[in-house]
Amino acid sequence: MTERLVVSPSPHWKTGKTVPALMLDVVMALMPAVVASVVFFGWKALAIILTSVSSAVISEAVYEKAVKREVTIKDYSAVITGILLAMNMPPGVPLWMPAIGSAFAIVIAKQLFGGLGCNFVNPALAGRAFLMAAWPLHMTRDWLAPGFFGGVDAAASATPLAVLKGASGGALPGIWDMLLGNRAGCLGETSIIAILIGGIYLIWKEVIDPRIPLGFIGTVFVLTWVFGKPGAFFQGNAVYHILSGGLFLGAFFMATDYVTSPVTAKGRLLMGIGCGAITVLIRLWGGYPEGVSYSILLMNLVTPLIDRVVVPRYYGWKGEARKEKAL
Amino acid sequence: MLRTRALSGGVHLDDRKISSGKPVEFAGIPPEIVLFMSQHTGAPAKPVVKAGDHVLAGQVVGEAQSFVSASVHASTSGTVKAVEDRYHPILAKPSTAVVIEPDGKGEIWEGIAPGSDDISTLSPEDIVKIARNAGLVGLGGAAFPTAVKLSPPKDKPIDVYLLNGAECEPYLTCDARLMVEEADEIVFGFRAMMKAVGAPRGIVCIEDNKPEAIMAMERAISGKSGIELCILKTRYPQGGEKQLIQVVLGREVPPPPGLPFDVGVVVSNVGTAYSLAKAIRTGMPLVDRVVTVTGAVGSPSNFRVLLGTPVSFLIEKAGGYTGEPGKVIMGGPMMGISLPRTDVPVLKGTTGIVVMTKDEVNLDKPLPCIRCGRCVDSCPLRLLPVWIAAYSDRGMYEEAEKYRALDCCECGVCAYRCPSRRPLVQSIRLAKQAIMEERRARAQKVSG
Ligand code: SF4
Ligand code: SF4
Repeated sequence: MTERLVVSPSPHWKTGKTVPALMLDVVMALMPAVVASVVFFGWKALAIILTSVSSAVISEAVYEKAVKREVTIKDYSAVITGILLAMNMPPGVPLWMPAIGSAFAIVIAKQLFGGLGCNFVNPALAGRAFLMAAWPLHMTRDWLAPGFFGGVDAAASATPLAVLKGASGGALPGIWDMLLGNRAGCLGETSIIAILIGGIYLIWKEVIDPRIPLGFIGTVFVLTWVFGKPGAFFQGNAVYHILSGGLFLGAFFMATDYVTSPVTAKGRLLMGIGCGAITVLIRLWGGYPEGVSYSILLMNLVTPLIDRVVVPRYYGWKGEARKEKAL
Repeated sequence: MLRTRALSGGVHLDDRKISSGKPVEFAGIPPEIVLFMSQHTGAPAKPVVKAGDHVLAGQVVGEAQSFVSASVHASTSGTVKAVEDRYHPILAKPSTAVVIEPDGKGEIWEGIAPGSDDISTLSPEDIVKIARNAGLVGLGGAAFPTAVKLSPPKDKPIDVYLLNGAECEPYLTCDARLMVEEADEIVFGFRAMMKAVGAPRGIVCIEDNKPEAIMAMERAISGKSGIELCILKTRYPQGGEKQLIQVVLGREVPPPPGLPFDVGVVVSNVGTAYSLAKAIRTGMPLVDRVVTVTGAVGSPSNFRVLLGTPVSFLIEKAGGYTGEPGKVIMGGPMMGISLPRTDVPVLKGTTGIVVMTKDEVNLDKPLPCIRCGRCVDSCPLRLLPVWIAAYSDRGMYEEAEKYRALDCCECGVCAYRCPSRRPLVQSIRLAKQAIMEERRARAQKVSG
């Protein structure tokens, strides 16, 4: 017989879920938050997002061309980095900021380490940290009071977290405004409902492990409830704490980044709890009103250690294998 | 009903059991029979015939040479054309085979004498001897000599015997059909197996996607004391020995070289029980088996196939290819072996032939690992395939060994789930080979 047969090792079946498909799911899941940011902060928000995404994609393509690596912009990971960085910016920033931030995120935090899979911190958060360090005023001052499409008040307005921390210039918004997103904050930090829709979609599609967001948000809730009010235990305003700042965005979309979170289920739960604990530490006792992104960055750095130490009990073993593996 | 435990990891696969309604038919006598001397785990048999000899069905053509080995019998009558090296599909290299040109008469060797219809007249030793003389091996794919399995070490009492009818690989229906059509024979063989190892309790394990088989087996075991039925939720790779023991009994087999014996269990496939029953009743050794021929073929079928029948003959019988063939797999799509050519014969451990079209063959290039942890979440042995493979790819086999590369059963779930399409199983297999070679070299140094 003359058939030409392919010979390859088993298994001969693979799932349809490839990396680009998973990443596209994440992009889809971010859409409600994107729409919400445009609704609350107007076309300025859209401009920031588009600038950030284009800069991320172009940087990736240019860099990969330059070092003669295969161009990987079709895997959507640069698109996600771009959207996430934009979501982490105040709506009043000048447009050159997202452009520079995304370029930094892609080239320095991702490509210099070898590209997707080799970076050890979340590129979008690294980009944000860079902008914070370089232009702190733009990143912490350019808040806008929300309004529907262009009804935006250009005057600076304090974020709920700053208010919780005692800043003047605003009262706490009502719970409903917090849920919907009618409050000051970064583009993607405002509408809890929009982020939750995306997050639940990702959990339902088994793209992300719920252990990270649940561990993260749960830890923040418990700790701010217990320690949130100076001088008294169990009286903290935990609900406001979990609803404000970038907690939901960070917990569902940034701490869950595959590359920079642990590979085991137990490790991922640890990641969520660790992020939550560090966030509360910064929020209650640190120098910044917000601690979500630094907590995730710190846990990114701890992830390799978690992966070394948190090893499942292999089938049939009663702990011997783990000892053998200990550091 | 027995309460089962959850499998660690695993996946739910589209089972594609398209041939499940097809009764088993005899595939016929092919123009050539190729009987490899190595069709089982252990030492190859030694050919005891030579070119020109006339042989009859059931006559020994290869004799077992050691304890862990199995004899090979002529599957039909004819003339030995040659004793020569042929391409062996599993070993992937030439290996000794007895080649027979059938005379088409299918005459049975005069040495075959009907045995007993009553298990109570047989001692455990008699049963082991019958299995050994029949050249019987595990028919679920692993092809481990049955006589060895039926002789557990004296210090390891067996309290449960599991009869494996899970058939968790997609496409394959040979076990399911056998259970539907030959439930009583299977139970007869199973009772003999239980008696051989002294197991007081037997459990027939079937996945819930085979309702007909469940019904048939339920009827066949009713009134037989000590045998119960366990219906499993369909999930791959539940039919693996270690997985089945975990799911049904909640026990975990110690890591290699640990064996089911160590936790008081023996597991055998339903096809093996059937062939043992036949050997006990009729005296006929293992000369045929049921093979599912399916996938992109005209008429997916379940055939009773004479051992040594060429795969190409079976594909023709099943209506030939539909569309351009891309891959021909011996076994199932998860653990089977893709054949480079189809003139190779059916072996004792061949459960099925699955044809995939060109379009179904996945040739995606592997992408870098994104550490998503999907392979980790789905490994039924709770290993960390991501690290084993990563160390293996870098040639760091000692590290791979620390991550228990040797425990891996090559079920393929990790590679199936990997969104970067990394060839994880292949990498792990390489590490295993390297580790074993290293051990052998070390052992030699010590002894020499
Ligand atoms: S499933 Fe693939 S991409 Fe994900 S961690 Fe495992 S090897 Fe890496
Ligand atoms: S092939 Fe090995 S490592 Fe991969 S899932 Fe199966 S047992 Fe685990």
